[in-house]
Amino acid sequence: MNIAVCVKPVPDPKFYDKITINPKTKLLERNKIPMAINPSDKNAIETAMQLKELYGAKIILISMAPPEAKEILKEGLAMGVDEAYLLSDRAFAGADTYATAKTLAAGLNKLGFFNLIITGSESVDGGTSHVPSQLGELMGLPHLNHVIAMVTEGDILKMKTKIENGYMVYEGRLPMVLGVGKEINTPRYVSLMGVVKAQGKPYTVWGLKDLQLEADDVGLAGSLTQPGSLKTPPNERKVEMIDGDLEEKAGKILEILHTAGVLN
Amino acid sequence: MKSCIQRVFLTKGVDDLKIQNGEIWVIAEQVKGNLKEVSFELLGKARELAVKDGFPVTVVVMGSGIVAMANDLITYGADRVILIDDPRLSLYQNDIYALVLENLIRKYNPGIVLFSASYSSSEFSATVGAKLGTGVAAHSVDLYFDEQGEFVQVTPAFGGRVLGEILCPQTRPIVASIKPGVFKKPDKDPARQGEIIEASAAGLEHYESPLKALMVVQENLSGLPLEGAEIVLAGGWGVGSAEVWQLLEKLAQGLNGAVGCTRPALDEGWAKGEHELIGVSGKTIRPKVYIGFGVSGATHHVVGIKDSGIVINVNNNSNAPVFQISDYGVVADVKELLPALLEIIEEQSNIHN
Repeated sequence: MNIAVCVKPVPDPKFYDKITINPKTKLLERNKIPMAINPSDKNAIETAMQLKELYGAKIILISMAPPEAKEILKEGLAMGVDEAYLLSDRAFAGADTYATAKTLAAGLNKLGFFNLIITGSESVDGGTSHVPSQLGELMGLPHLNHVIAMVTEGDILKMKTKIENGYMVYEGRLPMVLGVGKEINTPRYVSLMGVVKAQGKPYTVWGLKDLQLEADDVGLAGSLTQPGSLKTPPNERKVEMIDGDLEEKAGKILEILHTAGVLN
Repeated sequence: MKSCIQRVFLTKGVDDLKIQNGEIWVIAEQVKGNLKEVSFELLGKARELAVKDGFPVTVVVMGSGIVAMANDLITYGADRVILIDDPRLSLYQNDIYALVLENLIRKYNPGIVLFSASYSSSEFSATVGAKLGTGVAAHSVDLYFDEQGEFVQVTPAFGGRVLGEILCPQTRPIVASIKPGVFKKPDKDPARQGEIIEASAAGLEHYESPLKALMVVQENLSGLPLEGAEIVLAGGWGVGSAEVWQLLEKLAQGLNGAVGCTRPALDEGWAKGEHELIGVSGKTIRPKVYIGFGVSGATHHVVGIKDSGIVINVNNNSNAPVFQISDYGVVADVKELLPALLEIIEEQSNIHN
């Protein structure tokens, strides 16, 4: 079985409350924020690893990102993935989800046939959750996103997907593109042995020419959506602190509720 | 008064409809024959946009046994409802739904297509957008036409820390998904009239799906839902324990309010489930009064409460960022303040009884 896992390096979500917009340039200031593997992409790697342990498989990792993403891909290799491919080129910068999916599809097509292509269901930074569906459509493969449980019987997949307050059950047939949610498993920790082994594993970087794409197909130029200006959410509230002892504070809260007309 | 129903079948006289290129479409969301509230919320926003843009608003409903939904949608603002009622559409699944909608969109050429940003409809929007080769903006929190007449979609990123404008300058239709709860459900006008079109599930004639949706399971939730509650009591990490959480639940009951939570409180297992989660990955609420207990003020939570009436927060840390987005702040230990609130309520109910 050939499995590809698509991963995205993202600014570590622990630091999102530190992100600011430069008032002059109107650009994001996120320089000091370390990068991490997108959380649900770790679940995608774990899903692939569990299939490998059950049936035997070759797993490759693929990512469209700047060269610094090497560290992130090495972490995937240390989790047990066999090979990693970084799609990196200045021309890829500013890509929306569609241009990203197009670039990933070009890399995957160059690599050959995959029984299963797995991604995280959504990235924690942009959070569109569009890439799994767009990738499936661009590759002409059936796809399903927000998969939270899965069993395989030969080429048949039985899957549960997440919906609000519930789930759906699907049956599908390989090959497929799946977006998996964090509920599907608990990603394994990287072992020291894994880190050592990762050093010897194949790591390849491909640019625009390697993928036989034109500059107009990728990055901002190949994007269907274009970013406008950025802003931080407005806040028009001014706080009034309520003082006093506990009883007074509680009394004042109820008084506010009463005045607001919400007490029956 | 019943709205006037005019049935037009797409198989004949499509051109006669003279549908303008540029109209706004809302893709209604229904599960097991129940229209989701977000369908009406999107309809309300589409109406507002249509007034400025001068184009009619069309709602598309796909499913099986859905004909009865059309009148409701007209009374809430639809100029036209396109029904695609077909047994093959009884359960949502991305390939079949997207194929049918792609066909319909190619036929009518709407300018803007709005989807719910639920799990299923987000996937649906991305699939249709890819089939049409057009841009899709995800989980928008605002939509408007700018001074140049460009359609702008505002979407949150980095857990709501940043709001970014998304434009789709080159391709049509513009596709956007919108978070449930962001826009208000419009008022019903029983006298409103509109047109109902029954269309066939064109596109499925020779299609054999590699995928099969087998069933949909949705829980009936206990307790007052967050949406529509006048008072919401939200608990965060600072609640501290399952025991104190019980007091929060008790207070909510006493005040006839709904319980909400932050991500840490959900992860701790105090809250009942994801349906109580407020914020970027949860619900957007607009109660008359919101009271936060032990909520730190992380952006991904507070973006979900910004449209609330009065915001009160209780936190033992006087420097908690949450006070900056509050109307009233109370520095107190949640586990001490909750019993004090409960005591007053009990006293008052004793007086009344």
